[in-house]
Amino acid sequence: MNPTNYLVLSAILFSIGAAGVLVRRNAIVVFMCIELMLNASNLAFVTFARMNGTLDGQVVAFFVMVVAAAEVVVGLAIIVTIFRTRNSASVDEPNLLRL
Amino acid sequence: MNALANLGSVVAAGPIGVEPDTGETVTFWVCATLAVLGGLGMVLSRKAVHSALFIALTMINLAVLYIAQDALFLGMVQIIVYTGAVMMLFVFVLMVVGVDASDSLVETLKGQRLLAGIAFVGFLGLLLAGVVEAFDGVPFVGLEAANTAQGTNVEGIGALIFTRYLLAFEVTAALLITAAVGAMVLTHRERVEPRKSQPELSTERFAPGRHPVNKPSPGVYARNNAVSMPALLPDGSTAEDSVPGPLRVRGDAREADLLALAEAEHLSAHEAVTVDDPYGPGPGQTDRQASGEESRP
Repeated sequence: MNPTNYLVLSAILFSIGAAGVLVRRNAIVVFMCIELMLNASNLAFVTFARMNGTLDGQVVAFFVMVVAAAEVVVGLAIIVTIFRTRNSASVDEPNLLRL
Repeated sequence: MNALANLGSVVAAGPIGVEPDTGETVTFWVCATLAVLGGLGMVLSRKAVHSALFIALTMINLAVLYIAQDALFLGMVQIIVYTGAVMMLFVFVLMVVGVDASDSLVETLKGQRLLAGIAFVGFLGLLLAGVVEAFDGVPFVGLEAANTAQGTNVEGIGALIFTRYLLAFEVTAALLITAAVGAMVLTHRERVEPRKSQPELSTERFAPGRHPVNKPSPGVYARNNAVSMPALLPDGSTAEDSVPGPLRVRGDAREADLLALAEAEHLSAHEAVTVDDPYGPGPGQTDRQASGEESRP
């Protein structure tokens, strides 16, 4: 097997996540799609670490995970706040960020 | 002969450096298939909870792929932090937010899905062309040396984090604290009026115009427990508020006047019988008891 297959898998998963962000309207599902894209990029980082024979790629993937965790916390808090005021988690609502 | 041996060694080392063995190949194909299926299921499933479960499947398979690529620490962190913590947070928020109309897959923008499909294919083609063009045939050094330099994979990552990436690590701490405080600020709701004490609640409950106890339920004493049948009050009149409001508004509440009359007569007749009873056992009752004893074999 060609180890580049890992990068191909990463590209496929990233594209699926991007398509999901374009198609889905539930803000939480859109968030999950973003998580999928972050995971795909992490897989690419791990593969690059293996390609170069250094652990730097894995450290970068680790930082991506930390930032993703922080992003999820803030993003879900925003979704909950919007749901409280709008009773909807749809990203189709116009003026969503206006109070 | 010598040239052939040289050729053989070149082929063995290959253009790819570390060649994945059979176990890794099988692992890759199984886990990659499941990961892609999970991703597709997440995008295509109608319910958000199903999407969450599908992406959890994808993340677990990615964790296996990390471990297969000598990233033991990241694989474990992926399972514990992503599948364990982040996805549970997602499911928790799904429970709070509940299911609403945004879960439907009906297109609100005309042609959006077609355009998204075109964008998906185009973007995927672009990425794959770039990746294959740039990295196909590039030798993979492998992580054997890097992982064993400090002892293990975890120690190697730790050594890097606390030396070369120390500043980024410190900034990460600030980021996490900011995120925690931000989540608390965002979800905090200021109380606009003071909390009511129990005397205030009690006064409110018995205020004029309020009903301090349960309202009568429909159909009570009316020989018919349909929702539209008003309950009868002890004096034979109907209790209007025993019928649910929407039925009253629609005019579906049934008249209980005739029934009420019959019921009131029945009740009063029955009452006459039962009122007599409490004044001690009459002669008729003793007769009945005696006859009962006689009839017993």
